[in-house]
Amino acid sequence: MSTTTEPRAPASTTVEAAPTPVVRVTVPKRSLASELRAIKIVWRRELIRYRSDRLRMVTTLVQPLLFLFVLGSGLQQLSAASTHGVNLKTFIYPGILCISVMFTAMFSAASIVWDREFGFLREMMVAPIRRSSIVIGKVIGGATVASFQGVIVIALAGFVGVPYDPLLIIGIFVLQLLLAFTITAFGVMVAVRIKQMQSFMGVMQMIVMPMFFISGALFPVANLPGWLAVLNRLDPLTYAVDPMRRLVFNHLTISPAARAALDPGVTWFGWHVPALLEAGMIIALGLVMLGIAIWEFSTTE
Amino acid sequence: MTGVNGTRDMADQPAIEVRGLVKNYDEVEAVKGVEFEVATGEVFGFLGPNGAGKTTTINMLCTLITPTAGSAAVAGHDVVKERDDVRRNIGLVFQDPTLDGYLTAEQNLRLHAELYGVQSDLVKPRMQQVMTMVGLWDRKDSVVGTFSGGMRRRLEIARGLMHSPRVLFLDEPTIGLDPQTRRSIWEYIGELKEREEITIFMTTHYMDEAEWCDRIAIMDHGEIVALDEPETLKAGVGTDRVTIHTDDDDATIAALAERFGIEARKSEGAVTFGVPEGEQFVPRLFGEWDPAHPPIKAVNVSRPTLDDVFMSYTGSTIRDAEEDQGKDRNRRMMQMMHGGRR
Repeated sequence: MSTTTEPRAPASTTVEAAPTPVVRVTVPKRSLASELRAIKIVWRRELIRYRSDRLRMVTTLVQPLLFLFVLGSGLQQLSAASTHGVNLKTFIYPGILCISVMFTAMFSAASIVWDREFGFLREMMVAPIRRSSIVIGKVIGGATVASFQGVIVIALAGFVGVPYDPLLIIGIFVLQLLLAFTITAFGVMVAVRIKQMQSFMGVMQMIVMPMFFISGALFPVANLPGWLAVLNRLDPLTYAVDPMRRLVFNHLTISPAARAALDPGVTWFGWHVPALLEAGMIIALGLVMLGIAIWEFSTTE
Repeated sequence: MTGVNGTRDMADQPAIEVRGLVKNYDEVEAVKGVEFEVATGEVFGFLGPNGAGKTTTINMLCTLITPTAGSAAVAGHDVVKERDDVRRNIGLVFQDPTLDGYLTAEQNLRLHAELYGVQSDLVKPRMQQVMTMVGLWDRKDSVVGTFSGGMRRRLEIARGLMHSPRVLFLDEPTIGLDPQTRRSIWEYIGELKEREEITIFMTTHYMDEAEWCDRIAIMDHGEIVALDEPETLKAGVGTDRVTIHTDDDDATIAALAERFGIEARKSEGAVTFGVPEGEQFVPRLFGEWDPAHPPIKAVNVSRPTLDDVFMSYTGSTIRDAEEDQGKDRNRRMMQMMHGGRR
């Protein structure tokens, strides 16, 4: 046994003849600084994994691009009469800005299920840190990754007749960041309870697609049939798509009639909901779901 | 050795102290009030068949699950009331892998160091040290997904040591590995004991591996049935194992029973039995062996193994015990299925 240990000594450290002293480290007591450090490394891990996963960047872009270019171009002929000369692609572009972030954020949240299946979650759960730090790191990480994905869609603005105005781009980015945060928090909240990847994907499909279709990403939200109007006002995604569309349309040069028809704005019993309130609702919802996710995660063994 | 850190002075305090620890799952009593102490610097082995309650016990000591009753202290901290203090002082290597296969070996260890709050300037030197020890320093930039099972286990051991834990828990560290890798893992553990002030607590169901431990506890059906140094346990069996090769096993067994009152059994193409003072029994055996009995071709006397120890305390071999528990499980499932219909 003693003879076989010798060849392992690295040849590069032969400068010192004596065996190197043991590097002894100590783990400090839990503090705000150590929690922040933990959040940061969980966040960074999400970024490292995103960077190494080129396929994910592409696959999560496919669906939004299909909607934008295929559906947008295809339905253009039918809708030309009612869009007052505005290209249909331009109309659905704000919706696409939202859902591209949404899909990526969902995928990011799925990694918590993945981590559980492959055991890595355990490594994080036994560390001397709060469970909430893991959840917060995950959510911020997912939101960051989703925003990167959103930037790719922002870059496409020129193809659909939207100008590259710096203020517009910053505005879109901030809205995307908020939405990404909320959707990741939602995804993590669901993921904490689910043990298998397949179930998670199934649940997500069941929730995400209806939310997307009902939100008004693909149609104006005025003059809807009663049942759809109710569902639309209940769908949280509505309050992300609506301010996004207002923001984009603010920077377009179109006729007032077109603006009124295509960007009517969300109303509650005839009251026009302000964009800032809508953005505030998205953040509030995200924080509530983050709270639930933390609570759930802290109570699991 | 440096002695700068005040908490390390408590050398006489046991590294692990367990008092009446119980864990129940619904009606099943997985651990039934175990009690033991592990001294600082010891390599302590927990031995028993699958399902004996070893992993449940280790999980309670690691603060992963909460005991139903009783108490335990690890590195001087209570596992329920001072969970974080326990966690700061222990390293863990689980039965199932917990590495991130998409990250490199270095990234995995760095992540661990960050989660545990290791001082930034010491991360690199410490990493080099633990990875060199397990022979993976030159592979630090490889993605873990490309590693073999043995390499992963070695990396997990290195990671468990990253934050200089005072107690290292290894749950079946060699399970599913080939004999050569198993051996090298034991070499690292031996080396570790030399170099660092560390207490090692491990579980295994390989009897031959338990020999490496300073002390072992044998666990069966949620209870500790024996606890001592391997040599003492083996001596306590009180009999040596004698194996006789003849052409007619049945006649030999009958002859042994009639002549010496010994209950022998067939095992691996020979007849085997236990007697006190085996060497002195052999001359007696030949002296009193009747020419009518089948001629003896070979005799082998051996010291008891831990298998014999396990058998003398539980009445079955570790393999039989595992099969029995498998049957128990099946029976319980059948009862549940039928019970549900009634």
